Amino acid sequence: MGTEDIEIESRNLNLWYGSAQALKDVSIPIEKNRVTALIGPSGCGKSTFIRCINRMNDLIKGCRITGKVLFEGRDVYEKDVDVVVLRKRIGMVFQKPNPFPMSIYDNIAYGPRIHGTQAKRELDEVVEDSLKAAALWDEVGGILDKPALDLSGGQQQRLCIARTLAVKPDVILFDEPCSALDPISTARIEDLINVLKHDYTIIIVTHNMQQAARVSDHTAFFLLGEMIEFGETKQIFERPVEKSTENYITGRFG
Amino acid sequence: MVREQYHEELTKVRQMVLKLGEMAGASIKNSVEALCDHNVEQAEAVIKGDAGIDDHSAKIEIKCMRLLALQQPMARDLRMIGAVIKINLDLERMSDLAVDIAKITVAIGDEKHIKPLIDIPRMAKIACEMLDSVLQAFSESNPDLAYKTAKCDDEIDALFDQVRRELITLMIEDPRKIANASHLTFVARYLERIGDHATNICESVVYMVTGDRVKLN
Repeated sequence: MGTEDIEIESRNLNLWYGSAQALKDVSIPIEKNRVTALIGPSGCGKSTFIRCINRMNDLIKGCRITGKVLFEGRDVYEKDVDVVVLRKRIGMVFQKPNPFPMSIYDNIAYGPRIHGTQAKRELDEVVEDSLKAAALWDEVGGILDKPALDLSGGQQQRLCIARTLAVKPDVILFDEPCSALDPISTARIEDLINVLKHDYTIIIVTHNMQQAARVSDHTAFFLLGEMIEFGETKQIFERPVEKSTENYITGRFG
Repeated sequence: MVREQYHEELTKVRQMVLKLGEMAGASIKNSVEALCDHNVEQAEAVIKGDAGIDDHSAKIEIKCMRLLALQQPMARDLRMIGAVIKINLDLERMSDLAVDIAKITVAIGDEKHIKPLIDIPRMAKIACEMLDSVLQAFSESNPDLAYKTAKCDDEIDALFDQVRRELITLMIEDPRKIANASHLTFVARYLERIGDHATNICESVVYMVTGDRVKLN
């Protein structure tokens, strides 16, 4: 990939929770408008890594970070970076769907409202556009005033994606977005990721290797806090270079 | 080690391929032996035995499809399954060619060959050695041995050219020899094809182990 295509890049990123080192010298380039999957066994640091990108780890006590995370060439850990703006531009979807206990409409309108959009027409438009982009409009377009918590798990997760899209981010971080979903809902989210990548840069953490193989363009394999191998997904799954990558993806591990 | 049953299945597929290879090798050896000895009975046994080989080959294919569907093999396991699907076809085709040779033996019956058969058994011997050697390369995941084995195909090709030229000369000299000579030309051609299939298997072994796609003939 050419340097002009790189939207996010970690350089020699180290992270400690207290005295335990969770990331060791991780350098990964994340290409614009592509899906990058992070795989590896539990506790390997993949979730910790994506939480560094929008500074979610700032909230954790005793967390210390060295190295850089460049977003459009600028280190997100520079002193004058506005974290609220950063998290607006780098949205996140979590493992468990976490809609707010309010209506479907208000869930989507929440972000735009706190970022200053008040006009009803404008909000209506954002809600409709976001739900359409998240492939949920057809199912909930007529029941926008219903509580979001009445939706199914898969619908709730797409609602959370729509809520992320509503603030018009550039990057979406998915932290195990399908691990609490049934296979059909999972397939819907995967289809959605394939469509969303035309407009967004996507990073997805997944325990499901087949999912990584299906949805991503690039894959990074993490082990014990180190990024062992990074490459095109087809190369990683057909002919990985590193022995430990091969052992992990072929199930010769542990 | 996790996914133990899956890995046992992979080992089993490899063993099944080795078995199919042995069966194909025996067919080739027996078909040429029968041709040299005018042994119609032995030739018929080769023809009859092909059903068992086809059956075993079908089992390998089913097992590969099942592993793909149920276990989603990756990396070297994926390459192994991909290679096995191709190797399976090559071995099955080799057995079919042995059957073609056996059918010629049946057609010739007691009729004496127009010349002593020297180069044809040599071709068969090299083909069988290639097969044994590439099966060893497959079993040991040894790409160097696969490269080395593929080189032997040049000898088979050279012998084929020699046999064909010799038989054409005999046919020109005496048109009464055309029937037998054309039979033997076909046999030589089949053995030459068997060598090509063995070379294909060498390529598959290299791919299986290294991920490189190579052309060895």
